Order: sequence, then structure tokens, then C-alpha cells
Amino acid sequence: MGDADRMERRRAVAADRVARYERMVEIRAFEDRVQGLFAEGRVHGTTHTAQGQEAVAVGIAAAARPTDLVTCTYRGHGIGLALGMTPEVILGEIMGREIGCVGGIAGSMHLCDRELGLLPTFAIIGAGIPVAAGAALTAQVRGTDDAAIGVFGDGAANIGAFHEGLNLAAIWNLPVVFICENNQYGEYSRIDLTTPIEDLADRAASYGIPGIIVDGQDPDQTVEAVSAALDVARSGGGPTLLEMKTYRYAGHSRADKAEYRPEGEFERWYERDPINTFRARLESEGLLAAGDADGIDERVAARLKAAIEVVEASPPATVDAMFGNIYAPV
Amino acid sequence: MVRMRMNQAVAAALGDEMREDPDVVVFGEDVAVAGGPFKTSDGLLEEFGPSRVRDTPISEMGFLGMAVGAAASGLRPVAEIMFIEFLGVALDMVVTEAGKFHFLSRGAFTCPMTVRASIGAGLGFGCQHSQTMENWMSHAPGLKMVMLSGPQSAYGLLRSAIRDPNPVVVLEPRALYGGRGQVTTGADGIIPLGEARRVREGDDVTVVSAGAMVKVALAAAEASQDWSAEVIDLQTLIPWDRDGVVSAVRRTGRLVIVEESPYTSGWGTEIAAYVGARLFGELRAPVLRITCPDVPVPFGRELEQRYMPNPGYVTDQIDQLLVTGRAPDPWWVGEGRSA
Ligand SMILES: Cc1ncc(C[n+]2csc(CCOP(=O)(O)OP(=O)(O)O)c2C)c(N)n1
Ligand SMILES: [Mg+2]
Repeated sequence: MGDADRMERRRAVAADRVARYERMVEIRAFEDRVQGLFAEGRVHGTTHTAQGQEAVAVGIAAAARPTDLVTCTYRGHGIGLALGMTPEVILGEIMGREIGCVGGIAGSMHLCDRELGLLPTFAIIGAGIPVAAGAALTAQVRGTDDAAIGVFGDGAANIGAFHEGLNLAAIWNLPVVFICENNQYGEYSRIDLTTPIEDLADRAASYGIPGIIVDGQDPDQTVEAVSAALDVARSGGGPTLLEMKTYRYAGHSRADKAEYRPEGEFERWYERDPINTFRARLESEGLLAAGDADGIDERVAARLKAAIEVVEASPPATVDAMFGNIYAPV
Repeated sequence: MVRMRMNQAVAAALGDEMREDPDVVVFGEDVAVAGGPFKTSDGLLEEFGPSRVRDTPISEMGFLGMAVGAAASGLRPVAEIMFIEFLGVALDMVVTEAGKFHFLSRGAFTCPMTVRASIGAGLGFGCQHSQTMENWMSHAPGLKMVMLSGPQSAYGLLRSAIRDPNPVVVLEPRALYGGRGQVTTGADGIIPLGEARRVREGDDVTVVSAGAMVKVALAAAEASQDWSAEVIDLQTLIPWDRDGVVSAVRRTGRLVIVEESPYTSGWGTEIAAYVGARLFGELRAPVLRITCPDVPVPFGRELEQRYMPNPGYVTDQIDQLLVTGRAPDPWWVGEGRSA
């Protein structure tokens, strides 16, 4: 899948709500399939999936330009797909194949696509927050109107890098949007066990920047919130903290069955499933006709099936790749 | 003796220390309710309660700093760093604070804290979750550091680490957590810090290893008919058993070091330099270090296996050393790769 395809996927998500819906369906199906591949023993290592958080991913991708650099976490497949990366390059990385976005030497936690604005995703909690501020510094110093986006979890709001990164961005008035995907859990711990306040958006007040709570299950609201915060950033208004309230449907990582969740919690969140509610809205607005959603499901399934075949036909990462790119040539 | 997995041996050591000393407390991410991401503290919350066994937020600098303060004021905290890389955000507390308290107080304060961290490659976690990073701590006098090689070593070294009046870093190869072995518990199972352990007798060469490489070195030694290797588990990296290693190498005349970390600046570099100087003129071959290449740990299964020394490769390297009397090139140099 060439560059044109990736850019086209990005444009589609930016331009069209139905395309956003389709991308959300793709992310869900992709993550389900990744879990399946692990369960079948066809993938090595670990993985962190983001079912339930699709609306945050498309919100970011629809609002940002490819020249706005994004930092995000090991739970990054959905954001990568939303930004325009293809299932082939992400699955290829997860499966350690040459076709992977990093040549298969990095694995599920480390996606990257420079053209689409995705810096190498971070497996150390909080690290991407000040790095996003640094990308914003470049835009500020060079006088471009690009902005940066730092995506992280609720658990990351308790690490020093969060506080240092927000404070620095605030005092230097950097064009950056901090997006906290509050999916209610950090690993196996519910947020209330690790964090004394309910709304992480409140933390913005101590850095004198806006902190806005967003319904992370509604892709119209996520797009709008990220767009508005990016407009502020581009026009010299400084950073914003967006707290996207969302929910992690799966366990933390491959091995986790999430048995620590209180009964009924998943079901309550699933009632507001971002894909189901968006589909109903598009149908009621007449943007999806009867049968359209089924057609999308089929198209996505076929696309994924083809992607898996392509990836499985791709050779494993090479020893050359392991020794390549350690240092940039002088 | 009880048969157990290494993660269970860690939990047993923690439990025994907590039973004997009410000042021992345990904290870290998901160590209490979940019993530890690698089940190394299973059952502790149930037995000792939420005052002594605590889950922390993702705040490594914060909770290691608390360990320093708690240790200086009388407790014996054991803090868990889930993957050694996460110590990077909190290194100050260990290297620059804990390791200096005794010195900076003219001995008035001690800092009897233990930092446990899982290390190493082999499980497909990628380059930010597979390093060993022992050299982050090895250049900081005031710290001690051990590396576990199996269930008994886990039980015995961890108990000593907790009892020691100094800050001790315990490095736990993640790939070994599930491995079983017989463990002597209680006072007889405690392994003193600073002593290497001979795990195999042999006459032609002394192989010094640590952590996950002890098993690799042993398998490599078992595989050869042509020479007999003595295998040593270094156990304590700081302060390492200089006299024990030197006297072993003096007997065999040859030293091979097997490390699970990049070639440059490994712990074995120190051993090679020291033994080379002490035994100059007595060695029958150059000191040989068998390590990983200087590359980030790759993800793919085959590449990751390639990355780490394996028994076949170690046997082959030692063969070449004994046959030619020269240190062979590592595999990557043999393939014309520069790293
Ligand atoms: C510095 C650091 N500490 C601990 C970890 C281990 N860890 C990985 S994910 C995670 C939970 C993060 O929770 P959150 O920020 O809410 O993100 P989510 O996984 O829910 O997307 C933890 C503790 C890490 N990767 N880095
Ligand atoms: Mg979370």
C-alpha cells in the first residue's frame, strides 16, 4: 500500500463523517482480529488494544493536519489507522514482518509514520507529553501554523512528565493540544484507586490553561473539540487539555481478562458504544441508508482479510533491519 | 525444600521478610490487589494488609522517593519497578539520593531500601521493555546490585537485599519468572551478597555469567565433549566477588564472560579488565566476552533469539577460543556488521 493510499485514507477521515464511521468500524474489527491472532498463537509478544476508544482516534485524525505531529502511546493501533496508516503496515509491525511500518523490528507498541505526522509511539508512560510540547516548540520557533498533539492515558496524569510538560507548554504558550484518553483504568487499577479527583481536566487549572471534558464516545464531539483546541493553538492561544471520557473494552494487554471490573460496568458503557450510536445518528440523518452499514461491515471484513494475507506473505524482519538505523548517517 | 517458580520464590522471600520484620513494606504498580503484574507479590496484601502492601499510581519518581524517605526514617521498603526501563524516570532517587544518604550524613542515616525490577529480552516486548540496564546503577558507589538466576537465587538474594542496611537493586530476568526449581526457604536459603556461586565444576575454562545467561552458560558447558568448563553465577554485580572470580580463573587459566546486554560497557567489561590486570601473565588465552550486539533489542521472535547469546553460540565461541588460543569475533562482526 503506497503513500497515496495512506494520504487518501487521511483525507477521507478529515472530509467525511461516513468515512469516519467506516474507520471506526475498521479499528474495532482490526483490534478484535489482533486479539484473535494472539489467542491463536500467531503473534508473539504483547499487545494493547483500543476497542471502545475509536471516537477519540477519528476525532484526532479528522481535526489534525498531517503536518501536526502527534505523540501517542503503546495503545496506538486505532490512532494509527485513524491517521491513515493501513491495516497492512500496522499488522505487519505487530507480526514482526518486513511490511510493518518499522520493518517488523519494533512490534505492537511502536508504530510510526512520519508523513502522517505520527512520531514513534511511546511505551514509557508520560514520555510523549513533553515530546509533543517539543514538537510545538518547533512550530513556534519556526513561525509555522502547525500544532502538536500529545495523547496519553488517565494513568499518565500521575507521572511527573505530565506536570512538567503541561507547565512548560503553558509558560511558553506552545501550540499543543494535550488529549487524555480517560478510559477509566491504568492497567488493572481503576482510576479512583490512583487518582483523588474525578475529572483530570481539572488539572489544567494549575497550569492556567483550559481544561475541557469531552464525550469521548461521540465522534462529532471529539472532532469538534480537537478542532477548536487546534485553532486556539495555531492562533497563538497556547495549549489546551482535553479530557476524553471513554472506556477500554478489552483488558489492559493481551494476557488480561479484566476480571477486576465491577459487574455491569462494561454493559453500561456499551449502551453508549461509539460505533452503534454514531451509526444510528447517521441513519437518522439519512447519511446511511438501510443496508449501508452492513455493506461497510463487509467491506471492512474483506479489507482486513486481504491485509492479513498480505502480511502473512511478507517475510519476517531481517537481521539487516536489526542493524540498520542505529545511527543517522553523518 | 519446596518446588516453586521464580516469581513464587520472590513472593516467598518478601513474605518471610515481612513476617520477621514489621518494618518491611512493599509497594509498586499493581503489586497489591493484583498480586503483581508478574505475580511476584501474590498473597501479600491478604496476609499483611493494605498498610504494608500498597498499590501506587504510575509515579515512579514519587514512590521511589518515598522509599528513600521511609528507609531513612526506619522502614525497610521494597519498591517494584515493573520493567527496568521505567526506572529511567526515577533514577535520581536511586542513584543520586539513596546511594548517597549514608555518605552525606557522615553515617547518621542509612537507606535500607530494595528496588526490584524485571529485566531482559526474550518475550517479545520490544526495545523499550527488554533491556537490562544494570550499568545505570553500576557507576554509583553506595548502591549494591544483584541479578537473579532462578528460584533459589531469587529467594536467597532478595532476603539478603532486604536485610542489607544499604540500598540494593534486585534485577529479575523476566523470562525466568515462570521457571521452576527446588528452593530451600528459611535461614538456610539466604544467600549472602557479594559472593559468586560455582554452579558447575570444570578445568579448562571459567565461564562467568549472571541472570538469564547462567542457564545458557550451563547448557553450553554441558554440550561440549572437548573441554570442561567451570560455570560461575556472579549473583552480586556490585560489589562483585573479585577474589572468588580471580581464584577460579587462576586455576583454569581462561575466562569467558556471558552477558545479556550490548557489548559496549557491559558488566563483563569490568570483570575482564580486572581479571586481565590481576592475572596478567597467568592467562592461557585472552579474556572472551560473549554478549549481545550494540543494537536496540529487536521485536521479532527469531531476531530476538538471534540477539541474545544462546547455548550453541556460546559453545562455538568457547570452542574457537580453545582451539585457536585467540578470542573469536562475535557473530555480527563475522558477518561484516559494524555494530
Ligand atoms: C514509566 C512507566 N511506568 C509503568 C509502565 C507500565 N504501564 C504500561 S501501561 C500502564 C497503564 C497506563 O494507563 P493509562 O495511562 O491510563 O493508559 P491506558 O493503558 O489505559 O491507555 C502502565 C502502568 C510504563 N509503561 N511506563
Ligand atoms: Mg487508562
